[in-house]
Amino acid sequence: MTTLLPAEFADLEPFSAWCLATEAERYAKRLSSSMEEMQTFYDVAFPRLEAALAYLDALELDSLPPHAAHLLWLCYSLVNVSFPVEVWRQPRVPDSGAASMDAIIEPAV
Amino acid sequence: MAHFPKPDEGSWTEHYPQLGTAPVDYEDSISPEFYELEREAIFAKTWLNVGRVEQIPRTGSYFTRELECAHTSVVVVRDRDGGVRAFHNICRHRGNKLVWNDFPREETSGTCRQFTCKYHGWRYDLDGALTFVQQEGEFFDLDKDDYGLVPVQTEVWEGFIFVNLDPDNTTSVRDYLGGLGAGIEGYPFGEMTQVYKYRAQVGSNWKLFIDAFAEFYHAPVLHAKQATDEESRKLQGYGFEALSYALDGPHGMVSSWGGMAPPKDLNMVKPIERVLRSGLFGPWDRPEIDGLDPLPEGLNPARSPAWGIDTYVLFPNFMLLVWAPGWYLTYHYWPTAHNSHIFEGSLYFVPPRNATERLRQELAAVTFKEYALQDGNTLEATQSMIESRAVTEFPLGDQEILLRHLHQTARRYVTDHDRNEIPVQISVGS
Repeated sequence: MTTLLPAEFADLEPFSAWCLATEAERYAKRLSSSMEEMQTFYDVAFPRLEAALAYLDALELDSLPPHAAHLLWLCYSLVNVSFPVEVWRQPRVPDSGAASMDAIIEPAV
Repeated sequence: MAHFPKPDEGSWTEHYPQLGTAPVDYEDSISPEFYELEREAIFAKTWLNVGRVEQIPRTGSYFTRELECAHTSVVVVRDRDGGVRAFHNICRHRGNKLVWNDFPREETSGTCRQFTCKYHGWRYDLDGALTFVQQEGEFFDLDKDDYGLVPVQTEVWEGFIFVNLDPDNTTSVRDYLGGLGAGIEGYPFGEMTQVYKYRAQVGSNWKLFIDAFAEFYHAPVLHAKQATDEESRKLQGYGFEALSYALDGPHGMVSSWGGMAPPKDLNMVKPIERVLRSGLFGPWDRPEIDGLDPLPEGLNPARSPAWGIDTYVLFPNFMLLVWAPGWYLTYHYWPTAHNSHIFEGSLYFVPPRNATERLRQELAAVTFKEYALQDGNTLEATQSMIESRAVTEFPLGDQEILLRHLHQTARRYVTDHDRNEIPVQISVGS
């Protein structure tokens, strides 16, 4: 089976669908996910965040190998779901109705 | 109970007596006729920030900016001498929009040697000179020197590119920004090149969103859920008071405390903030660059050790927020009608050196969007009810002084323009 993440983070492989390169993709996945799905992802990934930072910090940010880049993207997704999981208890920002805000410039890495 | 000292007059608002203290009429935010006057008196006459120099790093780098509020589109380009120029984005032949891709009303950017019109292939150099006319011999007494692109006054202040669509304008952008602008000159804006930019269509008058970001009175209430329950109760009980306010000409600023970077009590913040050491106020640790210590003298004017952020409302539609932890944020509000505008929020950080720093910035950017979505949606609720005219006068508190000033300034520009006077700098003293 093809893996997306470094071998050291095989435990996160079931959540590799969260390895998304852009904010738009991450936000869309957040809005289309149930709270149960995000909570499960968060509960496994959050305790691994510090290990992921240590692993990634040993590498050059501008030239991450693909598996490491995927791990970083997964961390971005963890940041994104932290609001629904830690604060809102729902995927959307409360009282935000139909409002939307698009990321039109974001860092390449 | 006052937590921070106010001027001798007893309030910030009364320190600037021309503001008055009466309830404010918001007709300027719901009248289509007033908006049309604003387009002529404000957006066609004042300096507008359209971008940063980092967007056009090389000769031939360009971007376009749609200025529906002033009935035009401009193209901003780095010329062969390294200067920054702007032109109305229109071909001199038959008026086609000169620079666009696929969708004429969408902004674009890129790098080119010259501008070539899609329609008949007329070409213009980076300084706007017409250099090529397709089948030139078919035209009658055509002197190419008479048909260069129409220039727009362009000036760069601290790396921010401003345009002024009034060909008769005689005020430099530096003079226009006055004492508030001068006070932040030298801040290392140019080091902060890691950019996140968000855009939203907002169903409210442009000034109402400035109102929302020009006061923090709302923060303990509207954003209560972002804090833990206990912290939230504490914040609401405390309320909000700024460290200081200042007005200068059409511009204003509020200096605010900010104990969140890092927070005194780690239990105040959500778990991921504790791990990443970042949040709404940005990464808790200052980047290691020159220019942040000491800061330009205009920042933290109260010299408070609790200082967190200075927010500048630069008339008409540009806000600049400088955060104590060493990053900055800009807001732009581009009107599209009396009751709608495009909001842009951009975060600027020193480029991260590793994944940890990158994720700290990501958390700040994500958090910004969470808050801004709440703020933005509240505005549609406000716009629709003000339009009902069921209530026409609204009391503004002392912490809302910048709103009072903004609406008064907009009305002054429109009134002065109506009288056929040139809307010169409105002097309010200090």
